Amino acid sequence: MNIFAQGFQWIFTASHWTDVNGSAGIGAQILFHLQYTVIALFFVVIIAVPLGLLIGHTGKGRAVAITASNVSRALPTLGLLALLILVIGIGIVPTTIVLVILGIPPLLAGVYSGLESVDRQTIDAARAMGMTELQILFKVEVPLAMALLIGGLRAATLQIIATVAVAAVYGGNGLGRFVLDGIAQNDFAKAVGGAVLIIVLALVVDGLYAIIQRFAVPRGVSRGSVGRKHAARGGSIPVVATTRTPITEGQ
Amino acid sequence: MFARKKSLILTGVLATATAVALVGCSSSSSLSGNDSSKSAGTITVGSANFSENVVLADIYGQALAAKGFTVKYKLNIGARAVYIPALEAGDIDVIPEYSGSILSYLDKTAAATSGADVASALTKALPSTLVAYKPASAADSDSLNVTPAFAQANNLTSIGDLKNVSKWILAANPEFQTRPDGIPGLKSVYGLDNINFQAISDGGGPATLKALLDNTVQVADIYSTTPSIVDNKLVTLTDPKNLFASQEVIPLVYKKSASSKLESALNAVSAKLTTKDLLKLNSEVQGDSKTDPAVAAKAWLKSAGLLSK
Repeated sequence: MNIFAQGFQWIFTASHWTDVNGSAGIGAQILFHLQYTVIALFFVVIIAVPLGLLIGHTGKGRAVAITASNVSRALPTLGLLALLILVIGIGIVPTTIVLVILGIPPLLAGVYSGLESVDRQTIDAARAMGMTELQILFKVEVPLAMALLIGGLRAATLQIIATVAVAAVYGGNGLGRFVLDGIAQNDFAKAVGGAVLIIVLALVVDGLYAIIQRFAVPRGVSRGSVGRKHAARGGSIPVVATTRTPITEGQ
Repeated sequence: MFARKKSLILTGVLATATAVALVGCSSSSSLSGNDSSKSAGTITVGSANFSENVVLADIYGQALAAKGFTVKYKLNIGARAVYIPALEAGDIDVIPEYSGSILSYLDKTAAATSGADVASALTKALPSTLVAYKPASAADSDSLNVTPAFAQANNLTSIGDLKNVSKWILAANPEFQTRPDGIPGLKSVYGLDNINFQAISDGGGPATLKALLDNTVQVADIYSTTPSIVDNKLVTLTDPKNLFASQEVIPLVYKKSASSKLESALNAVSAKLTTKDLLKLNSEVQGDSKTDPAVAAKAWLKSAGLLSK
């Protein structure tokens, strides 16, 4: 039988959802996978968002941020994990650190480029109206940049979800467990099944973000764009039209 | 080692690509007339792609050179699935192997575990193109290790003693979970039904050691000739029921290149090589001094009296 068919058959074997070779089954491993992702994403957000807002609003430190982001992108995740494991020991901490390092660049880029994409005249107008810097940031810049901001979060999340699998190399949980174990145990149906599950999980989460991103554009922005009248009546196609431009810029 | 072969696969595409490239080299050189140009005294020594096997290949090669053979090397070829076909084709003539692993590679259903059983089963399982000489007493097998403190606290000397320990976690490569001599064997042979398993894919390497020393896990599967066992005074639990197959170092030879002169030279090495020697060689090559495998091999041959100067 085809190895992919075997992989799907492995996934659709009911018992595998609760128990695989006496350890956690698919259901539990999906939760572990999401748990690693959410924990890493939490730290990514509290680091990258304030930093991105600062850089985007002031326009200072952009070169440093870009360089740091690019350097950290070049770090091999698995190599860094191996190094951290030797210092910290196995567990969730080293895994989280490498995932945070992986997730910061896309979100940071999304935030500061989002802020930079805001029309300078709009900001000048806000300033002329007597808004404070914080008001400009949170009432003008952030809402206008929201689509790019969510786009950055989306990219960071997907990178992390796809990379959580490396945790399994040093004994972590998550769907990577099935891939690693499957290869080591010559059980390729399990390895393919695990890989397929990671892909499906990534696609589902990406789909959720696509929906969030649609609603992230403030009404004021969509009002000015083409097709807004239809969108107001709940037409689906124009809604896509209103969000398409910002998403494309964010990618 | 079978397990080690797998962990090497896990190190990824690069290793595989390298192995493929190396096989490409070795087969192309044989096509360009290896058989015809080979004088009676030319022997090509190969090795798998991990350092202990490279040292062993260097020992074989230098011992043969001392006996007047012209020796060529094809080291770091890759995993067993790559170098055994090369040996059967005569691209390499000699390779150091491990009795239990090569037996289970050739015969997936092999059940022999004790040294003598493995040796006789191996003779039967070998294809007609290959011949195995005498195994050394040196062995590099799986071994379960605990920290001295844990051993003392729980009065542990053999694997079976783990039965009385209430909670412990075992670290090993993922395949240990399903291998017949892994967890299923621990259950059926030693009656251990209280095993918590922690997979760490580094073949008893530094991450496994760190987890053991940190008490994240209490028992670790580490190859018996790994220097870290001695360096950290780990207690290796004895295996009185021979759960882990005997893994004696054994020269595997391409039959057409076999000769009594070759046999006596390699058997002389096997007669002297002990597990302690192997451990010492590994410490030299993998440890802080990072001695060149060929240099370490030469020093051992001298100390064993197999090399005059």
